[in-house]
Amino acid sequence: MDMLTEALERMFSERATPAVIRGIEAGDDPAALWAEIASSGFLDILLPEDKGGAGVSLDDAFPSFMLAGQHALPLPFVQTVMAKGWLDALGHDAPEGPIAIAGPDTSRSEDGGLSVQNLAFGKAADWVLAGFGDLWVLLPSAAARIEGDEIRGSQTADLYWAAMPDNARIIDTPEAAVCSPAQLAAASLAPLLAGAARQALDMTLAHVAERQQFGRAIAQFQAVQSLISVMAERVWAMRMAARLALHAPDAMPSPRLAAIGKTRCSEAAPTVADGAHALHGAIGITEEYDLQLYTRRLREWRRAGGTEAWWARQLGREVIQSSEGTALDFILASTK
Amino acid sequence: MTIDVLDLASIPEEDEALRGPVRAFLQESVLSLPADRRARTWMGFDAGFSRALAERGWLGLTLPKEYGGAQLGPFARFVISEELLAAGAPVSAHWIADRQSGPLILKYGTEEQKHFYLPRISRAEAFFCIGMSEPSSGSDLASIRSRATRTANGWRLNGSKIWTTNAQHSHYMIALVRTSGEPQDRYKGLSQLIVDLSLPGVTVRPIEDMSGDAHFSEVFFDNVECPENALIGEEGNGWAQVNAELAFERSGPERLYSSMVLVESWLRHCRDSAANEGVRLETMGHIVSWLTVLRSLSLALTAKLARGESPAIEASLVKDLGTEIEQSIPRWIGDVLGAEPHLAASPELRRTVSYLEQLAPSFSLRGGTREIMRGIIARGLNLR
Repeated sequence: MDMLTEALERMFSERATPAVIRGIEAGDDPAALWAEIASSGFLDILLPEDKGGAGVSLDDAFPSFMLAGQHALPLPFVQTVMAKGWLDALGHDAPEGPIAIAGPDTSRSEDGGLSVQNLAFGKAADWVLAGFGDLWVLLPSAAARIEGDEIRGSQTADLYWAAMPDNARIIDTPEAAVCSPAQLAAASLAPLLAGAARQALDMTLAHVAERQQFGRAIAQFQAVQSLISVMAERVWAMRMAARLALHAPDAMPSPRLAAIGKTRCSEAAPTVADGAHALHGAIGITEEYDLQLYTRRLREWRRAGGTEAWWARQLGREVIQSSEGTALDFILASTK
Repeated sequence: MTIDVLDLASIPEEDEALRGPVRAFLQESVLSLPADRRARTWMGFDAGFSRALAERGWLGLTLPKEYGGAQLGPFARFVISEELLAAGAPVSAHWIADRQSGPLILKYGTEEQKHFYLPRISRAEAFFCIGMSEPSSGSDLASIRSRATRTANGWRLNGSKIWTTNAQHSHYMIALVRTSGEPQDRYKGLSQLIVDLSLPGVTVRPIEDMSGDAHFSEVFFDNVECPENALIGEEGNGWAQVNAELAFERSGPERLYSSMVLVESWLRHCRDSAANEGVRLETMGHIVSWLTVLRSLSLALTAKLARGESPAIEASLVKDLGTEIEQSIPRWIGDVLGAEPHLAASPELRRTVSYLEQLAPSFSLRGGTREIMRGIIARGLNLR
C-alpha cells in the first residue's frame, strides 16, 4: 500500500466504523466525519500542487477510491475528489462541501425545472454536478426539494429545482471530447462497487472457513467452493474494470473506459451480493451483521449512475455506429 | 492470493510494433476465407500457413536466437496471438509447440534436445501434441496408467492417450507417463517423454466431433521403443513440469478470443442493417466490455510470465472466466438474431453461430475443466 492509501485506510478504519455508518444511515449529521476527511487534505489530491493539491493522477488515486467502497463510506468522498479534479481540468474552481455527481437520470422540464433522480449520496451532498444534455451545471442542494428514495439506510435521493438557482454554476461545455458528468459519475461508482464487492467476498471467505456444519468447515464442500470461485472471478474482474475506469494520467477519465468499468462492475454486483448472502445463511440478512452494509450498497450503486444496460447500450452504439474498425480495434483503442 | 496482484500492464512499444505487419499478412492470407471456417481458430490446421508464418519469423517467438527462435518476450507473443486469433487464422499446426512445448523444452531440456527440437519448432517442421488425458484419466490426471519402463537403450512405452488435440498431424507428443510406482502413488513417479509418433507401435486414431471435424485423436502405444533421450526434464518430476506448462496454456489470449470471428462477423452484419437499438446495442456493449476487461487480466498474467513467475492460480481464475464469456458469445448473438427475425442474417453468419454453439462446450474442457479450475481457485483462496 502506498502512503496515501495507508493513511486513508487508517482514517476510515478509525472514523468510519460500522457504528458510525449505521448512525449516519439513521439520520445522524455526517458533518463531523466529512470535516475529518476534508481536513486531511485528501479531497484536493487531484489538483496541481500550485492549487494546494498533490498532483495525483486517477491512476494513482485508484487504490484509495476502492477503500471508500470497502469501508462502505456513506459520503461522496470519491465523487468530491473526482469532481474537483474534473472542474479544475476544465478551468473551474470547486465550491466547498461534498459534491454528488448525477448519472444519466436527469431531465429538464419546459418551464425550466430541473430534476436529478436516483442520485448516489444525494442526501449528503451540498452540491450536485449534473448534465442536462449539453448543459453542464453545478447545482446547490440547498435550493432543491430533496426526496429520499425511501429505502432504509439509503443515501440515494431525488432532487428537484423549480428553476435554475442564482448561485448555480454553469460549466461551459468544451469542444474537445471530455468526460460528461454522467460518465464521471459512472467512473466514480466503479471503484466503490469493486471495493464493496471485495469486502463482501472477504467476509464470505472468513465465514465459510469458520462456520462448521456436518462436522467440518463449510469451505470444505465443493458446492461452496464453486460458488466462491464464481464470486472471486467477478470480484477480480470488477477490480480490473474499475482500474480501467480510472485509467488516466490526469484527473479526466476516459469516457469509454468509464462506460466499460461501470457496465462490468454493475453487472457483477448482484452476483457477488447474492453469493455472499447465500453462503452466510440467515445471519447475513440480519441488521446487526455487517454484510448488509456492503450488499445494500452493491445493489444501490449498481442502479445509480446508469445500470449496466444503460452503459452497455452507449458502448454498443459507439462500436457499431461511431467507429469503423473491427471490434478488436475498438478494444485496443479503448485501453491505449 | 490477493486481488491486487493482477494490475494493468501495457505492451512495450517494440512488441506492439509487430501488430501492423502481422495484420497486413493476415489481410492477404486469411481474411478472404469464410467466417465459419475461420471460426475454428486454433483448431484449424494448415501446415502451409504455419510455414508461411515461420518464414516471416513469427514462430518460436519466445525461444532464443541460438535455437532458431525470435527471442521475443511474452508480450510479443500476446500481440501476434491476438491478431491470429481475432482473424481466425488456422494456427493449430504450430500452436501447441509455440505456446508450451517449445518453452517446456527450453526450460527442462538438455542442450542436445534444445538444439534438435527448437529450431525445428521455429521452422514449422516439428508439430507437437500434448499427451495428458487417458481413457480412465481426465480431470484426475494423476491417475494415468501409461507406463514407460527402462530398457538397455531407453524406454519401452505402453498405454494410450485420448482427446489429444492434433495427434494425427503431429510429429511428436510430450506425454505424461508413469515411470515408477503405481497409479495410487498419484503425483509421484510421473515423467514426461517426447514420443516420436512415427515410431513402430504408435497408432493414432482421429476422433470425429459433433461438428464433423476431427481435431483430437486417440493414441495407442504398444511396446514403443523410445531412446534414452526421450525423457524431458527430470525423471519423476513430471507433475511439477506439467503444472508449469499449464500456466502457459491457461493464461493466453486463446482463453478469450475463441468466439471473436463471430463477434467481427456480427459487427459487420449490424453495420449493414439499420436497426441498431435496444438489445442489439446492449449485447454488443456487454461483449466489448467483457473482452476489454478479460484482455487486461490476460495482459496482467503475461506481465507475470514476463517476470519469470508462474501464476498458476490466477491463470485458472482468468481461464474460467474467459471461457465462460467465450461460451456465452454465440448464445448472446444467437439471441439477438432471433429477436430480429425480420432482418435477414447471411447463411455464413448463421453457420458461424451454429459452428461455435457446437464447439463452445470444449472451451471450458480443454486445458482443464471448469470444475478443476474452481478447485484450484478454492485452494488459492485457502478454502482447501
